[in-house]
Amino acid sequence: MHLAYPAVLAALLFCTGLYGVLARRNAILVLMSVELMLNAVNLNLVAFDAWLSRVAEDTLHSGQALALFTIAIAAAEIGIGLAIVLAVYRNRGTSDIDRLRDTAEGHDPDDPDSDATGRALPAPAAGEKAEATA
Amino acid sequence: MSTAATAGALAAGTVHRAAGSPGFLSPTGVEIAFLLVGLVTLGAAVVTVTTRQLVHAALWLVVALGGLAVEYLLLTAEFIAWVQVLIYVGSVVVLLLFGLMLTRAPIGRSPDADSGNRWVALAVAVAAAAALVWVVVDAFRTTWIDLDGAPSGTTEVTGAGLFQHWVLPFEALSVLLLAALVGAIVLSRKAKAGSEPGAKDAAASGTATGASRTRRDQEGTR
Repeated sequence: MHLAYPAVLAALLFCTGLYGVLARRNAILVLMSVELMLNAVNLNLVAFDAWLSRVAEDTLHSGQALALFTIAIAAAEIGIGLAIVLAVYRNRGTSDIDRLRDTAEGHDPDDPDSDATGRALPAPAAGEKAEATA
Repeated sequence: MSTAATAGALAAGTVHRAAGSPGFLSPTGVEIAFLLVGLVTLGAAVVTVTTRQLVHAALWLVVALGGLAVEYLLLTAEFIAWVQVLIYVGSVVVLLLFGLMLTRAPIGRSPDADSGNRWVALAVAVAAAAALVWVVVDAFRTTWIDLDGAPSGTTEVTGAGLFQHWVLPFEALSVLLLAALVGAIVLSRKAKAGSEPGAKDAAASGTATGASRTRRDQEGTR
């Protein structure tokens, strides 16, 4: 098989994920696009390992080992990322990353705060919101 | 029979080597299968990042990840293929679906799934794709993966490599998974539990879902 086929497919998948990360508004859809990018990297690793294991004399199978490590790290990343998204959703009432602009520069500090207070869950989330912002 | 098959594979290999690098206009069966599955995978990925129904995006992600598992099988990396099916299709997508439900994602079409800068994002992605494809094709136009003979990614080969040369990163990875487990639990529990009964209930349920989720994550990774 030509090495160009998996390499081109991996490049296209990576750019699809890149578009998703840049264009999506929901945080969970952004996480899905990150998964697509990580999978493109895995395909590259596996393809180059399949090539090098025939070409090189002695190989450590580093491509496949690194692909396994990437899969495990992606699983950990998705757990932590979803926990963060859920915490943000509980505190702010939204998982829309266009509205989470509290730390953006060049912003009036009063404006996003009042915006966030309007969207936050009423009573029990108020104390935590201050803590989360701090 | 098996010796005949091996002899045939060897003969095919020598033919390939004697012919130099085979052209793009005479694809082998593996290449045709790889191309077809690759088209399906890429289409599913594009639908994943463009659809307006959030749950459908997760389901198309299953198609894309499963197609990638088939690509790993075609590249003779069996162990990675099954690990991909187990972890991605079995655990990550389920986690994403749980996340969509817990954040009360709208069922059906949501008009604001894409942000306002989608055209800039499209331009960036197309430019990156053009540059990457150009460079990759220019670099590896004549490189040939020899897939005949013994597969390079069986469980035996991968396990031997992993536990001979990669033991220390493997153990470090288990520590990282433990840290991710603890971190997810800490992030999922409410900060000030116990002040009000309603908050306590919510905190308990939040901790339980977080713990079960990360435990499932850990099991899937193992």
